[in-house]
Amino acid sequence: MNVLVEVDAVSKAELLDVSEAGPAPKRIIAGFGFWIFLLSDIVMFSALFASYAVLAKATAGGPTGAQLFDLRNAAMETAFLLLSSYSCGLMSLAVESRHRFGIFFGAVVTFLLGAAFLNLELREFQDMIAAGASPQRSAFLSAFFTLVGCHGLHVAIGLAWLVLMMIQLSMRGFQQVVVRRLHCFSLFWHALDIIWVLIFTIVYLMGVLP
Amino acid sequence: MTDTRWDVAPGDRPALPASERSMSSGVLVYTIGLLLAAILTATSFWVANTSAIWAPGVPAGLAVLAIAQMGVHLVFFLHITTGPDSTHNVLALAFGVLIVFLVLAGSLVIMANLNENMMAHGEMMNLQMQR
Repeated sequence: MNVLVEVDAVSKAELLDVSEAGPAPKRIIAGFGFWIFLLSDIVMFSALFASYAVLAKATAGGPTGAQLFDLRNAAMETAFLLLSSYSCGLMSLAVESRHRFGIFFGAVVTFLLGAAFLNLELREFQDMIAAGASPQRSAFLSAFFTLVGCHGLHVAIGLAWLVLMMIQLSMRGFQQVVVRRLHCFSLFWHALDIIWVLIFTIVYLMGVLP
Repeated sequence: MTDTRWDVAPGDRPALPASERSMSSGVLVYTIGLLLAAILTATSFWVANTSAIWAPGVPAGLAVLAIAQMGVHLVFFLHITTGPDSTHNVLALAFGVLIVFLVLAGSLVIMANLNENMMAHGEMMNLQMQR
């Protein structure tokens, strides 16, 4: 089985010196640039996480996390996002092998799972606000809505981007630029899932601890 | 000499000879990643709900599980490796992690210290955050 080869890498001897190799192809440069953007996005999230962690106990007499959070809901959101990350990975494999039906199928599954995640999250926000736990209630709730809402906004942008990419793919076919953008999209989607891992751990699971 | 001359793009699988590279092994990598992530997630939710674990140790356990799951995502979904063709990606990631650590730990330490010091003055009690 060559799984180990897949996650391992090539040996040093196979690499040319940078000066001999010349400039890298645009795909690698674009991917690396997008990687830098994602890291800066994660740095921005770290500031939101820091403010949430500092304000998590500042409930001003209002409802606390343990009273508000429904772990069953959080578990379902986690499952949706994890599965959509998986289908997005399969979609990027289909892009690699230029398998048009596989890409559209993967995109539809990814979109539906992402939309289901967003739907659950919006419903959770609605219920909280209806119960009087709006962002204005306490510093804790302001920080909560900023952090989780910012992640939700990223998911919404990702869904719109996915629709755009499918339109581009059907109109322009497998042009280099379309393949590059699909690659960046899958990086973006996997990064959102990584941020969600931190959110469900720090906000939901640690929030309901006694 | 092979045709591997540049760092791989982040998210690309390590460059392999065409003979070793197949669709099914790619699917297998993602599936292993999904299974590991699902196990770690399920463990996290179990740890938060169970009383079988010494309560003060639960947050540390959750943190370890979350870091492990982020590692699984990086390796199996984003294909970040320790290989020489991935150096720039890993260096950028390491710098990002450093900044994240500084922002998080710095904020928490400073704010905890501030709370501690304000606790000494009784008349300031209503100004500090409620705990």
